[in-house]
Amino acid sequence: MSIGVVVFPGSNCDRDIAWAVNGCLGMKTRYLWHETRDLSGLEAIVIPGGFSYGDYLRCGAIARFAPVLESLVDFVAEGRKVLGICNGFQVLTELGILPGALTRNKNLNFICDEVDLEVSTSRKDWFPKSFSGDNIKLPIAHGEGRYQCSKETLDNLLDNDLIALRYLKNPNGSLSNIAGITNCSGNVFGLMPHPERACDGQLGGLDGQEILKSLIS
Amino acid sequence: MPLFKARVFVSLRPSVLDPAGEATRAAAGRLGVKGLEKLRIGKAVELEINASDEEQARNQLELLSEQLLANPVIENWDLEIESVNSRKIA
Repeated sequence: MSIGVVVFPGSNCDRDIAWAVNGCLGMKTRYLWHETRDLSGLEAIVIPGGFSYGDYLRCGAIARFAPVLESLVDFVAEGRKVLGICNGFQVLTELGILPGALTRNKNLNFICDEVDLEVSTSRKDWFPKSFSGDNIKLPIAHGEGRYQCSKETLDNLLDNDLIALRYLKNPNGSLSNIAGITNCSGNVFGLMPHPERACDGQLGGLDGQEILKSLIS
Repeated sequence: MPLFKARVFVSLRPSVLDPAGEATRAAAGRLGVKGLEKLRIGKAVELEINASDEEQARNQLELLSEQLLANPVIENWDLEIESVNSRKIA
């Protein structure tokens, strides 16, 4: 079994993810070109950051129609794990697998920084070691990371404990300081921060490791 | 099949902050434009479509607007359509 890493034209974090998952954590990976529909033999799938199809129209809007994502919808329905990072999170909201939308940062800046986050869910799908309430530090790098959703959607996120990560100091104007959410079943996790950039000791923190290890649990 | 010309306006929902619009409004003030209360930025998409009649054209363009051109979570859209009787597409 291996971890699939989706590659769209314009993805630019796919190799970082392969390095983190394979190079740092020793799990097998397989790149999934956007035109493939074959997801056989995969334990979990990561949708990477970048600018899929140039992010024309809106971030993730065109990627939503990629053949690989048609298969991914079935993959999700089977309860398998899917992690969407940054542009991958945007793609998952455009697909409707995760609720809400991500739009331009409040201050209009492309923010490249390291941020403190609170693990605000008590669900164990992506933070198995009872991380709840703990703070972690992860890099961010985005221009359109401001999470928006309707009041009803926010209530639903709160009622079902679906807000996985919150910014301690909101960098982009996201509603309710939201940095990452899961779906109701818990098998899909989308987040703006980059856990794959916090897995190699030579680069700094290791707080991303637990999230990526959760791909196979 | 007759050709229809259409234009879809996509705008951020009124409840969604438009920081690009706000930045542009601030620049308008520096230009010397006075009294500007509101400036919000959207997109206009120009289209031409062959369809058997206006209803079919409208159905296709509504599907396109709702599912691709706009994201209804944060955006509204508005469709204008007109037939171009004098033109035919080969």
